[in-house]
Amino acid sequence: MSTDVHEPPPDAVAQADAAAAESAGLAAPEIIANSLGEYARIWAKRVRNGESGALPVILGLVAIVVYFQVRSSLFLSTGNLVNLLVQGAPFILLGMAEVFVLLLGEIDLSIGYGGAIGATVTAWLAFSTPWWIAILGGLAATTVLGAILGTLITRLGLPSFVVTLAGFLGFEGLLIELVARSGHGTGGTIPISNSIIVDLTSGNLTPVASWIVIMAVVVVAGVFMILRDRRRRLSGLVTPPVSVTALKIATMAVAGVVVVLVSNTNRGLATTPLRGLPWVVLVVLGMLMLWTALLGRTRFGRYIYAIGGNAEAARRAGVNVIMIRTLAFTLCGMTAGVAGIVYASRLGSISTDVDGGQLVLFAVAGAVIGGTHLFGGRGKMLNAVLGGLVVAAIYNGLYLLGLQAAPTDMVTALVLLAAVTVDALARRGRRSA
Amino acid sequence: MTTPSASDGARPAGAGRAPSPAALGNAAAADEGQQSLLRLHQVGKNFGPVQALAGIDLDIPAGLVTAIVGDNGAGKTTLIKTISGIWQPDHGEIVWMGRPIHLHSPRDAAKLGIATVYQDLALCDNLDIVQNMFLGREAIRHWQLDENSMELSAKQTLSDLAVMSVRSIRQPVGSLSGGQRQAVAVAKAVMQEAKLVVMDEPTAALGVTQTRVVLDLIGRLARRNIAVVVISHNLNDVMAVADRVAVLHLGRLAAVGPTSRFDTQVIVDLMTTGASTRLRGDAAGSPSADPGNGGSQQSQDNALNAGEAL
Repeated sequence: MSTDVHEPPPDAVAQADAAAAESAGLAAPEIIANSLGEYARIWAKRVRNGESGALPVILGLVAIVVYFQVRSSLFLSTGNLVNLLVQGAPFILLGMAEVFVLLLGEIDLSIGYGGAIGATVTAWLAFSTPWWIAILGGLAATTVLGAILGTLITRLGLPSFVVTLAGFLGFEGLLIELVARSGHGTGGTIPISNSIIVDLTSGNLTPVASWIVIMAVVVVAGVFMILRDRRRRLSGLVTPPVSVTALKIATMAVAGVVVVLVSNTNRGLATTPLRGLPWVVLVVLGMLMLWTALLGRTRFGRYIYAIGGNAEAARRAGVNVIMIRTLAFTLCGMTAGVAGIVYASRLGSISTDVDGGQLVLFAVAGAVIGGTHLFGGRGKMLNAVLGGLVVAAIYNGLYLLGLQAAPTDMVTALVLLAAVTVDALARRGRRSA
Repeated sequence: MTTPSASDGARPAGAGRAPSPAALGNAAAADEGQQSLLRLHQVGKNFGPVQALAGIDLDIPAGLVTAIVGDNGAGKTTLIKTISGIWQPDHGEIVWMGRPIHLHSPRDAAKLGIATVYQDLALCDNLDIVQNMFLGREAIRHWQLDENSMELSAKQTLSDLAVMSVRSIRQPVGSLSGGQRQAVAVAKAVMQEAKLVVMDEPTAALGVTQTRVVLDLIGRLARRNIAVVVISHNLNDVMAVADRVAVLHLGRLAAVGPTSRFDTQVIVDLMTTGASTRLRGDAAGSPSADPGNGGSQQSQDNALNAGEAL
């Protein structure tokens, strides 16, 4: 019996061990740091290793804000900032829709026109039914469309790119047909007849209510984080340092205070003041919390990440891959419906001229710029919010500078390319780390 | 989950490596079917005209490591895919704990406690260790994932197996080394109360240190009275870890028996020609599985006799 083992050179072993030791640094800093300083060190190491998280998009947002503020003093005016939030809402919501399928490593190109169909159904129903039935009807329509595309993709094993491209074309046709058949409006435009639906984007909470709502959100989220840490400590598990949790809650609180202070400043005229948090901010916050909980705290969410990471492993673990993927496309369609209704609410109407192609590209751009991985498995709903804000800021800033559509599109394209490049480079960093 | 006391009775302590005389006796008993957890009886599998497996008689006893070796195309993969429910045998029967079974899918096998560990297909790189170990059977509490209880039991299982030296079990599996990934996949099987763990090339692509980690782990599984089936090309690993060796040649069992009856040269002979003149202590002569004599009962009997004689 031969006992000689072909030993690799000793330094290879040392390298393997060093790599294993190094890899420990890649765990989320919350779970291995014992102090704020250590947290910061581990976090910095992760950024160097390509696990930069939300850092690039936040830096990018700051750079964009500084640039536009230097070029146009109007950019940071309270009126424009609130406008930015309202303008960004459809991009953010479409980006959230896209996150569901991007996490699977798929893409949905149809949601621009899908959302517009939802808005059309809502606008149509709003002539004869209460606002909430109109909205539910619109959402039901886009949910069904998402489910149909999802079923085609998963049951027949077709590539999502092609199926949703067909959806993109087909839904544009369906939109034109629907608007023509509705018998409302003229020139391919249906007005939103219900004031509550219009107020989704043009209505504001009172300044006092704005404070109460935002502070309630911060307090609930803060208490939730503290309780979660406490439960982990009681179970004898590693707990993030108290200072880190405190810092996170403080960051949330400061962001909330800034948003409310900006919103509560009069952005109208002295004679007709305009104050308060737009309703749509609450819609976005609500969707963010709902979908974040779904992705982070349920089996469905866990399986989405698992399929995006390794579909074969998920299948072998007994996950119903076909059902989960179909559901993801369905939820993508539903969220796109919310985006479409918000979009129509801001315009006060929905028309066949809506540029569903640009909308969907902004949505994908927003999600990817925010840090969602294009090839599945990594990303969060919060990424879509941050990325959507970047897209909205570029759009808004270039508009303030008086630039036309051509440069706006090209700048957005460059930002998207930059985001994908950062993503790819980060991935290469991860692999070689 | 298997308790240490249960394994004490079934197997002498410290028998993870080359079998002691006591373990040999145990293995012999297994050949008589008393300890056999899984028994293949005359199992055959055809793919069209190609006979991938023929007349396989093999006992997999609990608490022992059985290595399946063979050249490329000898039927190793077909054999473990049959055991793990991916393919159904065309002939013969599979007996699990004394009961004939029909596996229609890997899920059927998993329900019985047969877990197959593949090096690359088993884990999601983007999920952390706990999430991977509980994938497909997450604990739920108050309509939410019960992360704390999952993390606690994952931690417990990993420390029972004493293999993980990771800093945090909340780090993504993609950041682990090959041996650590293998350990996570095995720990997942153990946590799901597998009675038989099938490992396909567990040490391929691993460095020396990581290979040692995985081989230690295999030994520890056997001490927990779990049956382990290992497919490997690396005969050094086989000799180091296996209690029993089964050699496949062109879809037939060329020989099976305690590791002490083989050495690397004998295994190589059996793998390449289906016979060896040097099989230790083989009074009945070398087992033969004449490849030109496809499907003949005679050659199957020979293989069977050789297996029993060992």
